[in-house]
Amino acid sequence: MAIIYIDDKPHQADAKQNLLHACLSLGFNLPYFCWHPALGSVGACRQCAVKQFRTPDDKHGHLVMACMIPAVEGTRISIHDPEAVAFRAGIIEGMMQNHPHDCPVCDEGGECHLQDMTVMTGHNYRRYDFPKRTFRNQYLGPFVNHEMNRCIQCYRCVRFYREYAGGNDFNVFGIRNTAYFGRYQDGVLESEFAGNLDEVCPTGVFTDATHKHHYTRKWDLQFAPSVCVHCGLGCNISPGERYGTLRRIVNRYHGDINGYFLCDRGRHGSEFVNSDQRIRQARLRRNGQLQAVSKAEALEHIRQVLTSSSRVIGIGSPRASLEANFALRAAVGERNFFAGIFQRELRLLNRVLDVLRNGLAPAASLREMENSDAVLVLGEDVTNYAPRMALSLRQSVRQGPMAMADKLKIPHWLDHSVRELAQDSKGPLFIASIAATRLDDVASETYHAAPDELARLGFAVAHKLDDNAPAVSGLTLEQTALAERIAQALRSARQPLIVSGLSCHSTAVISAAANIAQALRRTGQPSRVTFTVPECNSVGLALLGGRPLEDAFAAVRNRAADTVIVLENDLYRRASVQDVDALLLGAKHVIVLDHLTNATSTKAELVLPAATFAESDGTLVNNEARAQRFFQTFVPQPDVQESWRWLRDAIIASGRQDFAAWENLDHVIASMAVEVPALAAASKAAPDATFRMSGAKVPRQPERYSGRTAMLANIDLSEPKPPDDPDSPLSFSMEGSPDQPPSPLIPFAWSPGWNSYQAWNKFQEEIAGPLRGGNPGVPLVEAAAQPQQEYVRDVPAPFQPGDGEWLIVPFYHIFGSEELSIHSHGVKQLSPGAYLAMNDKDAERARLRPEDRIEFTIAAISYQAALKVRADLPQGIAAIPAGIEPLQGIQLPDWSRIVRVA
Amino acid sequence: MTSERPLTKDMKPGGEALSLREYERVGGYHSVHKALRMDPKNVTDLVTKSGLRGRGGAGFPTGSKWSFVPIGPDAPRPKYLIANADEMEPGTFKDRYLLEGNPHQLLEGMMIGARAIEAEVAYVFLRAEYVLAGKRVAQAIAEAYSAGYLGHRIFGSELNLELYLHVSAGRYMCGEETGLLNALEGKRANPRTKPPYPQVSGLFGKPTIVQNVETLANLPHILNNGADWFKSLSRTADAGTKLYGASGKVKRPGLWELPMGTTMRELLEEHSGGMQDGLKFRGVLPGGASTDFLTEQHLDVKMDFTETQKAGSRLGTGTMIVLDDQTCPVGMVWNLEDFFAQESCGWCTPCWSGLRWAERILGAFERGEGNETDLEKLTWITSFCAPGHTFCALAPGAAEPLQSALKYFREDFLRHIHEKRCPWR
Amino acid sequence: MLTPEERQEIEAELPRYPQKQAVCIDAMKIVQRHRGWVSDESIRDIAELLGMSADDLDGVATFYNLIHRKPVGRHVILLCNSVSCWIMGYERLHQRLCKRLGVQFGETTSDERFTLLPIVCLGTCDHAPALMIGNDLHVDVTPDSMDQVLENYR
Repeated sequence: MAIIYIDDKPHQADAKQNLLHACLSLGFNLPYFCWHPALGSVGACRQCAVKQFRTPDDKHGHLVMACMIPAVEGTRISIHDPEAVAFRAGIIEGMMQNHPHDCPVCDEGGECHLQDMTVMTGHNYRRYDFPKRTFRNQYLGPFVNHEMNRCIQCYRCVRFYREYAGGNDFNVFGIRNTAYFGRYQDGVLESEFAGNLDEVCPTGVFTDATHKHHYTRKWDLQFAPSVCVHCGLGCNISPGERYGTLRRIVNRYHGDINGYFLCDRGRHGSEFVNSDQRIRQARLRRNGQLQAVSKAEALEHIRQVLTSSSRVIGIGSPRASLEANFALRAAVGERNFFAGIFQRELRLLNRVLDVLRNGLAPAASLREMENSDAVLVLGEDVTNYAPRMALSLRQSVRQGPMAMADKLKIPHWLDHSVRELAQDSKGPLFIASIAATRLDDVASETYHAAPDELARLGFAVAHKLDDNAPAVSGLTLEQTALAERIAQALRSARQPLIVSGLSCHSTAVISAAANIAQALRRTGQPSRVTFTVPECNSVGLALLGGRPLEDAFAAVRNRAADTVIVLENDLYRRASVQDVDALLLGAKHVIVLDHLTNATSTKAELVLPAATFAESDGTLVNNEARAQRFFQTFVPQPDVQESWRWLRDAIIASGRQDFAAWENLDHVIASMAVEVPALAAASKAAPDATFRMSGAKVPRQPERYSGRTAMLANIDLSEPKPPDDPDSPLSFSMEGSPDQPPSPLIPFAWSPGWNSYQAWNKFQEEIAGPLRGGNPGVPLVEAAAQPQQEYVRDVPAPFQPGDGEWLIVPFYHIFGSEELSIHSHGVKQLSPGAYLAMNDKDAERARLRPEDRIEFTIAAISYQAALKVRADLPQGIAAIPAGIEPLQGIQLPDWSRIVRVA
Repeated sequence: MTSERPLTKDMKPGGEALSLREYERVGGYHSVHKALRMDPKNVTDLVTKSGLRGRGGAGFPTGSKWSFVPIGPDAPRPKYLIANADEMEPGTFKDRYLLEGNPHQLLEGMMIGARAIEAEVAYVFLRAEYVLAGKRVAQAIAEAYSAGYLGHRIFGSELNLELYLHVSAGRYMCGEETGLLNALEGKRANPRTKPPYPQVSGLFGKPTIVQNVETLANLPHILNNGADWFKSLSRTADAGTKLYGASGKVKRPGLWELPMGTTMRELLEEHSGGMQDGLKFRGVLPGGASTDFLTEQHLDVKMDFTETQKAGSRLGTGTMIVLDDQTCPVGMVWNLEDFFAQESCGWCTPCWSGLRWAERILGAFERGEGNETDLEKLTWITSFCAPGHTFCALAPGAAEPLQSALKYFREDFLRHIHEKRCPWR
Repeated sequence: MLTPEERQEIEAELPRYPQKQAVCIDAMKIVQRHRGWVSDESIRDIAELLGMSADDLDGVATFYNLIHRKPVGRHVILLCNSVSCWIMGYERLHQRLCKRLGVQFGETTSDERFTLLPIVCLGTCDHAPALMIGNDLHVDVTPDSMDQVLENYR
């Protein structure tokens, strides 16, 4: 820490940071544009000018850009110096020369950093009275809208897109006051993180194209603190609602996880909430047809079913909340609760949990991953499986070269200086995966092989690090040398990281990753590990326990059960048509709770309209085993309710009146804490419903929420009472405490003078640091103090390509593989069709050509797809896209012949 | 007082380049042998002692610049030496003369510089429009390679030096030291953040020295004749000779190598032959477009770095642009600001917004649409673009002729306002 | 597609720099020398050869005024409009050129003979005004002498 003087008053500042960072951390309102807490300083916009004085006696001083000056001991600056004030207003005046006066029709209006900074600097009247320059806008794909006339040339977009996110299909063109930020030609932005341009751009050049179709001002949206449901990382989001539809998702800052950025699936994947496929009323099968019924009729039917059934089983879901899954377990009993995923996946998840519990290495948060200076990715295509993680790994490769910067005493935040010094040097980041990944461009080395070979490489690395780790026999020279280089890099790192996960469906791969962590630990080099998981509550489901899905199939097949309740789980996406048909048609009664009509719900006897994440509260456990609470954004149509409430009502209907005590979410959580000790800590994920600030609830609506008395005037002239929220300390209202809520309860970022996303500055302990009071979430897995010393010793045999058969593996796609987000138009547009990919040499040998229609057979079911030929796929391996129709419900990896269809 | 002309004395009257053989006949490459026998540090010390200051415009002491380059076995490699032959400052035509007339002198100077900082690779960064210079430099490089003066083990020593000609693709920004580095890396020629200075982290992230052509051309002579000799060439504290030039409506526009510190009056009256008949002197940009106007009262200023600065301007490139009384000073400044606005790289706000604004206001004056408020705006823009306010020196350079024009030619601005037209049109 | 000759010339530049991208400006100039300008297709081809994206390369191309991203005539006239030439009569020269060729700056004559572009100071200020046609520098140009000069370019 250092003492710096701001307008003659001493303040504490982090000497490793710059003056702008210091001023903002101290709560001063110093305007800026090109600087971004995650992107560092480049000194382009000149907006954060302050007066610096060399000594206490220096009365004259000189202007400096606060973002470019280190906050070292004794620095003396003035924010309020008249020359600095005038200069800052002048910068806005310069930017405003060309900026259109279209705020009333601009999507950024009301949450525009440029508006905020304009007001902050006091610039009012334009003196520039010449024509403005104009540009042609580009089509940039389904997510990002382009309006170049608004550009103020702060260069944030190119810095984020190219330098931070690694995209190379976007740039700045031309020079002087006509620099153009866009693409070489119109087209879909290729980066999976392009949507962040909406928030990175300080004004309305890049806005959310999906929001445009039902645009609502920020101040008119109702928000809730929420958690993304589209992968297992648990990024924090702020969904916004108006008139009962979800309008948009924006980033909700979380210092350990998503920071300032989301992936485009997370940002744009929630259109399913508004889908016309939504189940909005209970449906009961009558005369073979599903017909809408009232809640009361539905519950009466449930009563009949539950009281007449011999045995009711429940199938849970990795995309439903802990509370929903627990309520299902309560409804059917622990013995009859099935996790909703196959044994294979459960085993993998439990293996991951074992590693986390064992304490070989702490689980790395995304923030910690960014600070890792040597990384091994074993088996994962991170960008497609846990997208936001890819952005963090991309930052990790800058850690190595930072040593060069340290040597020259260049501060890390001096972004372009560090980049120019580092040039192309990166890493080390080793990616061992089945095929090429979207992170390969920053990898020091890549290795593509079958899952067993990836595991063998991992085991070999562990052995290189520690002789006691099992040796791997029969390695190729290439593998041995690579293992040595990886081991060397991990050994000499300050904070090595091993990334693995579930996407190649291999216990051996996860065990190999664990062995490496073990080996590093035993040789005195503490590392971190992280595992990707497939769904938003995969880890929660594994912690809750439950029997595997195949056992549920068996129970019905064996007539051991006659009624099945399926919770938020389209079984046809997981299991084969035969198996699911046998289950759904074999059971006497099938009750399905879900959001959307899907193959499973259409086979049900009773369908219950389950609230989505936007209409319910609950707890999700992410890949680090961090439990996080998501809160209801808005009250859905009357018949839609939380799955746990439906299940509670069902239990009560079946005659167990004691469940009437489950009045709100907290009661479910309390009950869960008793019944499932592994989940006890989940109750601490957020303050409970009784929490109040100065006696008031936390408002979901901004103070300036407008039109409340007029919104429903076409229906009822009197203003309806805001709905009660028994489940949370948040109110469906603009009324409530004006104070800053605890971090898990922050619905949106807004602060006086800071209407844009930049308002997060005001919620952090220090800029880009944790939110006040700590980042949301609690760990559910405690690492053992004394880790187990055992290495896993079952090293798989070398992969042998089949004779006329291929090992078929699933390839995940950020756009398309996830169940709910595919209902978003943009996601659908960017998703691939069905294909089967194989190595070019394999294809040649099999006399197959690209686009040939081929057929393969898994578990006696044949599937067809178009052939893709990829040189990066190992021989003997074929890949199909995961979760893409009609290639669903296939359990992989598995072997199959591949033949051309005549 | 001597009147030696080390840089130009060997030039051929017709302007053809000296071949390697011809150059060696007049003592060329002698200094390299000497430098190769010296410790690199001693070469730097000698140059420091000589008082040589950069001839590109900023006047930074050359030896001092070199002293920041890490030397020795632990220094990052390769290190680079770059000749900045991107002469593009309006009104400046001195480096062209050196490049076309005696390219080997430049190469020799580069070898000295490379020796001093232990550079293994050197580039001549040449602007594309200098086609003839490009041919001659390329020819000289080829000759030097075949003579074994470049490449592996130059002059039979232990040292290697690869030297390449890089022909640019335009833009004034490339003349800025760090913009040049980006251009040479195949990037947009935006200026870079300092620190780190190029001496420590420059081209491709390695220690780099960028030096103006005229500066480099002086090195062989300093090596050959010593620091004291170099100092003795000057009439003032700033050492050496200087290539001075004059353009505009003088009788004999041209370029002359004269002792540093030659007065403007001597340049104007003796060497340029005074103003064209019927014209009166009104002012001068002493060292290119980005220097403040000086006027009649400054004619006896000694044109060196120190004295010109004291007079309120800069020596810049030492090539002066003369304003006569039949040329509109407002129009002239309009032309200058148009140049700077056009060449702004678009990186920092004061530059890309302020310069075009100034240009447009000046255009309004020329159309007779200027008013008194516009004068305030112009004054504001000059302070807006002041040194330290911008990312690099382009905009402050652009502000210099504007601020001094507002000071010295205010009456002319007012005439535009009152007559609602340009009185010279 | 790059011609084998273009490709060869570009590849010959590679050893001069430690990074491929550093060659990109040379590469565009090589293509421009052969074709007069750098088309979208050439941008893609050069980018591919140098391991860059088209966006990477076009960002560079559009920075530099001597990379022509639009077709040009057989002869490119670079007319100096900087201060010394301006003092010495640039405006009259400019007017005469525009009138004679029937084009403004940035335009090409309908017979594709000339493209007229402004250029910053050509460094021959003691012989202002000046212009270049192709690789040839013409100094001390007057409106009348210019007419004759143009005749030499067909």
